[in-house]
Amino acid sequence: METRTTDLAPVGKRSPQREAVAENLQYLTFNLAGESYGVDILKVQEIRGWMPVTKVPNAPVFIRGVMNLRGAIVPVVDLRLRFGLESVEYTKTTVVIVVTVHAEQGDRVIGMVVDGVSDVLNINNASDIKEAPNFGSSVSTEFINGLVALDSGMVMLLDVDRLLSVEEMFSLETIRSSNARAIAHAS
Amino acid sequence: MAIDIGQFVQTFFDESLEGLDVMEAGLLALSPGAADLEQINTIFRAAHSIKGGSGTFGFSEVTGFTHAMETLLDKMREGSLVVTAETVNTLLESVDCLREMLVSLREKADIDDAQAENLRIRLLSLLEQKETATGAAKEESSAPSLTLPAAEIIGWRIEFLPHPQLMHSGNDPVRIFRELSTLGELTAQADCSCLPRLAEMNPEDCYLSWQLELHSDASHEAVAEVFAWVEDECELHIEPLAAPVPATPPKAQEAAASADKPEAPTASTDETRQGELVLERRKIGDRRQNERRTSAAAADSGSIRVSIDKVDSVINLVGELVTTQSMLGALGADFEMSRLDKLHEALDQLDRNTRDLQEHVMRIRMLPVSSVFSRFSRIVHDVSGKLGKQVELIINGEQTEIDKTVIEKIGDPLVHLVRNSLDHGLEPPEERLRQDKPETGKIMLDAYHKSGSIFIEVGDDGRGLDREALLRKGLENGLLKPGEDYSDEQIYELIFHPGLSTAKQISDVSGRGVGMDVVRRNIQDVGGNIQIASERGHGTKITICLPLTLAILDGQLVTVGRDCYIIPLLSIIESVQARNEMINRVAGKNELFRFRGEHLPILRLYELFGAQGAVTDLEKGLLVVVEADGRQVGLFVDDLLGQQQVSIKSLEKNFRRVPGIAGATILGDGRVGLILDISGLIRINPAM
Repeated sequence: METRTTDLAPVGKRSPQREAVAENLQYLTFNLAGESYGVDILKVQEIRGWMPVTKVPNAPVFIRGVMNLRGAIVPVVDLRLRFGLESVEYTKTTVVIVVTVHAEQGDRVIGMVVDGVSDVLNINNASDIKEAPNFGSSVSTEFINGLVALDSGMVMLLDVDRLLSVEEMFSLETIRSSNARAIAHAS
Repeated sequence: MAIDIGQFVQTFFDESLEGLDVMEAGLLALSPGAADLEQINTIFRAAHSIKGGSGTFGFSEVTGFTHAMETLLDKMREGSLVVTAETVNTLLESVDCLREMLVSLREKADIDDAQAENLRIRLLSLLEQKETATGAAKEESSAPSLTLPAAEIIGWRIEFLPHPQLMHSGNDPVRIFRELSTLGELTAQADCSCLPRLAEMNPEDCYLSWQLELHSDASHEAVAEVFAWVEDECELHIEPLAAPVPATPPKAQEAAASADKPEAPTASTDETRQGELVLERRKIGDRRQNERRTSAAAADSGSIRVSIDKVDSVINLVGELVTTQSMLGALGADFEMSRLDKLHEALDQLDRNTRDLQEHVMRIRMLPVSSVFSRFSRIVHDVSGKLGKQVELIINGEQTEIDKTVIEKIGDPLVHLVRNSLDHGLEPPEERLRQDKPETGKIMLDAYHKSGSIFIEVGDDGRGLDREALLRKGLENGLLKPGEDYSDEQIYELIFHPGLSTAKQISDVSGRGVGMDVVRRNIQDVGGNIQIASERGHGTKITICLPLTLAILDGQLVTVGRDCYIIPLLSIIESVQARNEMINRVAGKNELFRFRGEHLPILRLYELFGAQGAVTDLEKGLLVVVEADGRQVGLFVDDLLGQQQVSIKSLEKNFRRVPGIAGATILGDGRVGLILDISGLIRINPAM
């Protein structure tokens, strides 16, 4: 548990990008290993229950495979593994959030496996989004756009365009570190 | 009611570009000296349609330019202008230029005015040459009147050269001028250079001529109308007065000068210089055009022209499908086991309908390969001229139909192959004569269907590949090992290697050693392969084999561990059960097995793909012998499942290219199956 929190600790070298944007932002929040995350609701295409996927050879561990989304081939990323967390058995609440990821080559559709969806978070005031504190360089915070404090706890707002960028996921560094973690967890 | 004209613009571009193709084909078919009137008419009609369309959409640059071409063509049609190689070349260039203009307009980019203007002046000078040649003795300024775009006209410059007897019929120039001045601001200048001496002068004759400038927005017709009574008794030139243009390009003056004195000795040098210019510009034009073309191809989503009978047949089939569906619906409404026969029958029918429908829908995407082949007559014409070779292009099977996507992708590779044949393959005429070959070389293009694939052949009867030179190069580059015996195929294979060129000289046409590898990659990208046959001194033939369509393939389903993959049926030779005595291990690691007297390497698919729980004992699984790029390997899999037609889906759209995987498909149970890329697998395998 201890390692997990440090791994995930929300830190922010980046300032929230949304400050200039008008009010009424909506985020879909979901659980992952006891933490709450949010993703811009306009990016979310649909939410599906977990269904077995087809493995893609020689892909990084966190890419579970590809699934059939009404005739389109969509890669599925396990977000726990993407963050280097321990993987768990998929349960009835395990869902795949299908998001549109903006990339240079055009928009991609990618599914991400999370422990469960919780709520839709309305943010009426962009200034409610706080810059994540800096925890030092050892923790990767590049995928966090900002933090929102609620009575029930913190919600980390994810930058899925970066988190699920295929180029980023296939960069050598990402693969190496996630494989190393997978081995560490297994032992 | 306002009509949004914008929706037709795309159609205009499509049609105009088609029109240009027609013009190009027509021009290439024209033989200098003895022009076929029907051909000229076809070219003229195409030009005319483009002019009309561009006028409608307000592309005045195109209108003006096409008008010049049209005028020239009109003279050719009338027979008053002899068709020469020069006219044809200039018109061909104009077609290129026009194509560029249209593409620029479509992409809302800037038009290269200078080039268009230059060409237009050349077209004019051709007209002038004609006029001086036929002794019409008109002044050089008459021709441009035909070509200036209507948009810029601010008035008219009128040259009025009355015949001496004009006044005999009671006409009076003064009355005409007075009438003209009612149309706008008129300035008149009399030319009295023709006045004879007083003693010889006939008082009833008119010796004067006038240069008039009329600033008015009156139409050409209105101005001509004023001269209606005298048009038989004078020389009249009415030309539009353009808004002040930037300094006339020197070419115009030069052309005008040579037109002024047609017998002058400068004419011939002038002509050759013009010839050089043609070539020079064509080079630049060619290159730029290629760039533009590719960018355009990448950008536009494209439309397709489908003959009505193809659409009708699809509609018929859909009708049948609906009938079958209602039949099944009725059966299902109150089904009893006694009617099982009927159900089977209906399902069979559904199966048939679906397959027919699929086939016919695919056919909509099919285009005759002639759309690619047609541009080769132009390339051969241009390049052979540049290289000083005589070439005959023989095209066969241009009606063979191929999927549109495939056609788009093979255009450039084919151009490359044809250029190679022209440049390296065919010998210059002297050399050919020395070798007892006909002076005129042959380039053969052929397309045909064979066993579910399309074959395209590019052949020549030139010098063939130099086996020795290739062997030497291969040894130099370390691609071949000395002392070993190589088959012709293995050696010819070398030309696909990047950076290996045996051309002694790098030319403008080809020979930099880049290219053949790109050609092969392009062909492989569309799931095809390429083979070479060559005979020293007798020519080379390159055969490209392409799938009928990119959308569907026949696949063999195989299992590896828990995963299921699809192998394209076309690449499978045979599946065999391995026995231990067939297998040899080389250096402990590389495994070979004996198949039809040859030793083929074994690729363990589970190792390559890191699959879990797969069969590892060679005797317990199956070896699927597959072939790609002329090499055979045995793919080791757990088991074979069924064969089925699969529709290919892109893995790259949402993900990325995966080495060894050609694409994905949806299997019968709704899951995703990955399609193997055999040549990719062979390439990524370190043991090969």
